[in-house]
Amino acid sequence: MELRYSESDEAFRARLADWLAAELPKLPALPAREDWSARRRYDTDWQKRLFEGGYAGLNWPKAYGGADASPTEQLIFFEETTKAKAPYVGVNFVGTLHAGPTLVEEGSDEQKAAHLPKILAGDEVWCQGFSEPNAGSDLASLRTRAERDGDDSVLNGQKIWCSFGHIADVGEFLVRTDPDAPKNRGISWLVLPMDLPGIEIRPIKTVLGSSEFCEVFLTDVRVPVANRVGAENDGWRVTNVTLKYERGTAFVSELIDSLRLCEDLAPLVHDPVARRELGRSLADFEGLWALTKRNVSQASRGVPGRGAMMIKLAYSEARQRFGELCLRVLERDALSIEGNELVEERLRTLALPIAAGASQIQRNIISERVLGLPREPR
Amino acid sequence: MFLDLTDDQLALRDGIRALLDGRFGPDRIRHGFDRAMFAELADAGVFSLIADGFAWADAVVVFEQLGEFCIPGPLVASFLAADGRITAAIDAGAAPVIEHLDLLDRLVVLDGAVREVDLAQLDATPLDWPLDPLTPVWRSAAVIETGALPGADVDAWQRRGAVLTAAFCLGMSQRLVDTSVTYAAERRQFDRPIGGFQAIKHLLADMAVRSEVARAAVYSAGAHLDADELPGLARSVSVAKALAGEAAIRNGKDATQVHGGMGFTWEVDVHLYLKRAWVLDTQFGSAEHHYDLAAASLTSGS
Repeated sequence: MELRYSESDEAFRARLADWLAAELPKLPALPAREDWSARRRYDTDWQKRLFEGGYAGLNWPKAYGGADASPTEQLIFFEETTKAKAPYVGVNFVGTLHAGPTLVEEGSDEQKAAHLPKILAGDEVWCQGFSEPNAGSDLASLRTRAERDGDDSVLNGQKIWCSFGHIADVGEFLVRTDPDAPKNRGISWLVLPMDLPGIEIRPIKTVLGSSEFCEVFLTDVRVPVANRVGAENDGWRVTNVTLKYERGTAFVSELIDSLRLCEDLAPLVHDPVARRELGRSLADFEGLWALTKRNVSQASRGVPGRGAMMIKLAYSEARQRFGELCLRVLERDALSIEGNELVEERLRTLALPIAAGASQIQRNIISERVLGLPREPR
Repeated sequence: MFLDLTDDQLALRDGIRALLDGRFGPDRIRHGFDRAMFAELADAGVFSLIADGFAWADAVVVFEQLGEFCIPGPLVASFLAADGRITAAIDAGAAPVIEHLDLLDRLVVLDGAVREVDLAQLDATPLDWPLDPLTPVWRSAAVIETGALPGADVDAWQRRGAVLTAAFCLGMSQRLVDTSVTYAAERRQFDRPIGGFQAIKHLLADMAVRSEVARAAVYSAGAHLDADELPGLARSVSVAKALAGEAAIRNGKDATQVHGGMGFTWEVDVHLYLKRAWVLDTQFGSAEHHYDLAAASLTSGS
């Protein structure tokens, strides 16, 4: 056990901090919340700066233009960029953290050449077409059909919770290529250009009034078979490939931000009971920050830790509790969201225990994969 | 930065674990703390780790294992005193409750300094029916202090005591997860292992998560004791004590639930862990006390 960072890690941190100090003042003004083309410009402009600074694709191999940074360097990157209030990954999320790494591992040479450089440079925005109205927690039951017609697949179906679908160039889509196979063996993973005829995109209004998610309707959409990544009907495995790229750094920005929000709330808390609750929330977040470091330490040794599976569940719960505290402390000052980050965050974080695997599903996963208890029917 | 066990620490853990597994099993533990137990632990080097060149993070590894086996006795204060004398520590206060008094070589009060108490002049009465059967307690009318323990810094005692107690609680919380998982896999109702029901699986998952977060916090605080030039030491200690203390108590409660009626029996060990967790919450600051300290660190910057 050692809390101090190595000299080379500290040097990485210092270089990055210098770079951020030079680069952040050059950023344009933040776009309006619902001006999605301006938000796309802002986020991809930041991605381009990261690319030129050598910080794009931090977790990608060097052979594909990435930085091949160690897990600890990735942790430092998230820590420093969050503290410096640099832009989040934003609309580049799916491309840089999900689809890109999947192409690195599973894509053909043509697919890699067509997409990886553009993702890194902020020239291509991706969205995700996984969930469907009747395939949420039970994702493998998805029904969007892909039927072979010569060199094309013809897609019909409906996707939901497609982040940034309305501004994306391409999407990673899961489709059913064999309706007769067991449900997770008849799925394929494919690259879908979002401007093809037959694609209709409708934004979803969330509890925040925002519309980063979309529904996507696919009607006789013809996409070349060559756009499939991995073998036909092997899409479920391809989907799981991406997850190992996370290596314990998920939620780093969120956690550091949560610690900052505790600092912001502290001067407003006068009631001793609420102060103790604030101490509890702070302890929750500090504990999870330590768990993140521990996950990164284990990833550095190549041993996947059990903690990586637990952090989302624990963070979701901690953040709900903190959000409630914020509203109680603010009392009637919480009745307007505008300019009130603590209230806006309370609403945003309602999604945490639902998105990317509901907490109930997470508990199933932990009890089965970590504790070895009997599996649920699938 | 490395918050996992090093190869040396893994060897240390396995060594102490083998010792405890071989000689400090449940039957012996149920007889309570005695001088022979103290001597055996001392011979194994448990109380002289720091003098022998080990780090506080290493001591954390050892105390986590002592907790897994629910070893009774005033282990933390004796470790801090580190002179081969059985030592207990209490907070200042009127009519204090003192554990293991019959076996103590020394009692200290943490009261702005580490003050020694004159045991010969202590007028104390044993209390019937202690909450934790393995932690017998006495109530004393008053304590007469004889002076500060030479070379003992009270802040260091509080910090280190809190972290080692947290490590002990961590070990208890982990053992409670493991025994509950084993029980849930074996116990059958409705023709299935009860560990196959989501209601039970989710309880066990929450227990495991609590223990894992506590482990990270405790290891981080242990490493922080060895790197006290880094900022945030006090907060890191409070976070570890509060999270690990609560993990032990809440896992004790959930383990009782998973064990059903058996969890309410004297025969099953779960109650010994839960009761010890309650005892340890009163030492080196309760969870509530440490939450308050953590909150205060937000505005004081410590």
